[in-house]
Amino acid sequence: MNTRYLPYLLILPSVLFLLLFFGWPVLSAFLLAFREGEGWGLGQFRRMAQDLYFQDALRNTLLLTAVIVPLQVALALGMALLLPRLGGGRDLFLYFWTIPLGISDLAAGIVWLAIFTERGYLNSLLHALGLLDTPTGWLTYEHPTALFLSVVAAEVWRATPLVLLILVAGLQLIPKELIEAAEVFGATPWVRFWRITLPLLKPSLQVALILRTVLAFEVFAVVVALGGRNLPVLAGEAYFWYADYQNPGVAAAYAVLILGISLAATFLYLKALRVREEVYG
Amino acid sequence: MRVWPWLLALAFTLWVLLPIYLIALSAFSPREAVYAWPKAFLPGSLSLETLRFFFGVEGVWRATATSLVVAGLTVAFSLLLGAPAGYALARFPFPGRDAFRVLLILTRAFPIVVLALPLAVLFLRVGLYDTPLGVALVHTALTLPFAVLVSASLFLSIPKELEEAAWTLGCTRTQAFVKVVLPLALPGLAATAIFAFITSWNEVFAASVLTLQNKTLTAYLLTLLDESPLPFKFAGGFFLVVPALVFLFLVRRYLFTLWGISHR
Repeated sequence: MNTRYLPYLLILPSVLFLLLFFGWPVLSAFLLAFREGEGWGLGQFRRMAQDLYFQDALRNTLLLTAVIVPLQVALALGMALLLPRLGGGRDLFLYFWTIPLGISDLAAGIVWLAIFTERGYLNSLLHALGLLDTPTGWLTYEHPTALFLSVVAAEVWRATPLVLLILVAGLQLIPKELIEAAEVFGATPWVRFWRITLPLLKPSLQVALILRTVLAFEVFAVVVALGGRNLPVLAGEAYFWYADYQNPGVAAAYAVLILGISLAATFLYLKALRVREEVYG
Repeated sequence: MRVWPWLLALAFTLWVLLPIYLIALSAFSPREAVYAWPKAFLPGSLSLETLRFFFGVEGVWRATATSLVVAGLTVAFSLLLGAPAGYALARFPFPGRDAFRVLLILTRAFPIVVLALPLAVLFLRVGLYDTPLGVALVHTALTLPFAVLVSASLFLSIPKELEEAAWTLGCTRTQAFVKVVLPLALPGLAATAIFAFITSWNEVFAASVLTLQNKTLTAYLLTLLDESPLPFKFAGGFFLVVPALVFLFLVRRYLFTLWGISHR
């Protein structure tokens, strides 16, 4: 066998698979969403936008992302910077902190349901502290803020470890000499963090932000497990339009909207956190 | 040594572990305890009643079996398609290699919601709708980019010289790969397989959209959420979490290869 063609032969199955099951569906989602009767048009989007749940779903999804992602990055950064100070306990703590990585969004939603439900552990704790007499349902339509915060708690708990791993991997790439040199020149820990660690961590931060934002825009099972449709989100609406209303067109319009904001966010991060070549010298 | 980093680290650990403890406690409590007010934070009377009730509900075992089949197929597809491509990325500096890498990383920016809906429509037409194979194909679309990138970094970590030595000793390319490279890559490939397994086991949206009767466990639980009582949900949630715990223990050495590196 000629080795010139061997690599292409080896990647061919993956490329074909990705074209068929990734490229085609993305194109096809657009076709579905812009289909109108026999021709093309914005009818599906109009139906989507006129739906009772649409505005809430869009607002909730954007708000959730805006709250969850920065919280996760801040927490993960704190945890990542804490690790080197733990000496021999580092690996054990890292192991514990990454446990939620393997937990599905549905399971995470149910786990936190056990805490936030009417007779759940949070209310029991509040009762023990004398702050609450009778069970109160937080996950209802009447308490949108409480429901919102429950989703935030579950999502931050579930997906912070992913950010943590990316940031820890990034921190390991920063040469120790740089930080030691800054120490020799009398830079305080605060200055060292802002002037050395954070700028050099930019590539990892970028990756973590893109990944988490895209995933946050499609938040679904956590929300459904905690509050059903009491807190509408975009991916949830796509599901309900497809499964309950049997309308793939409007569902596809939701999907295209999610894709649109995902790509816009990715583009923004790439622009705003541009990694300049000279950072690497 | 100062104390506050340890206190902080313990607080983070408690934050991660406490919810898992509470769902386990709920799953192993009898029915009355699940509905009790106020709830006890320490196990009073442990029982298997709630879990037994969960597994006694019609369809749970079947959905579990479907989940296992789908995850198994996903693992097989990911490795069979992904490992050769990873080997190509690691060993050959061929034109188009960077483009292929970019294509793989680009897939991360696309939400699964976009894949699942058109594929459901397509699968209805070609007879793959509501089959484990159809769900496994979509799950493979999610795991394949990972499998390629992770196996590439695995093969890169195996010195090329070992392979070349085997060639000079009379092995063909294939023999050298099977006898020298594969045994060394096996633990890492196993970790990749477990990763694909858990991704498939956990996935909810595509599995829900692509099935009707033959639901995976997550999809089945999702349809039952509205009508099922709390003990059922808690037992189900706990049962979903268990493989995740086992999985993380098995792949702990490869955490960074699986998540840290593959995102670059």
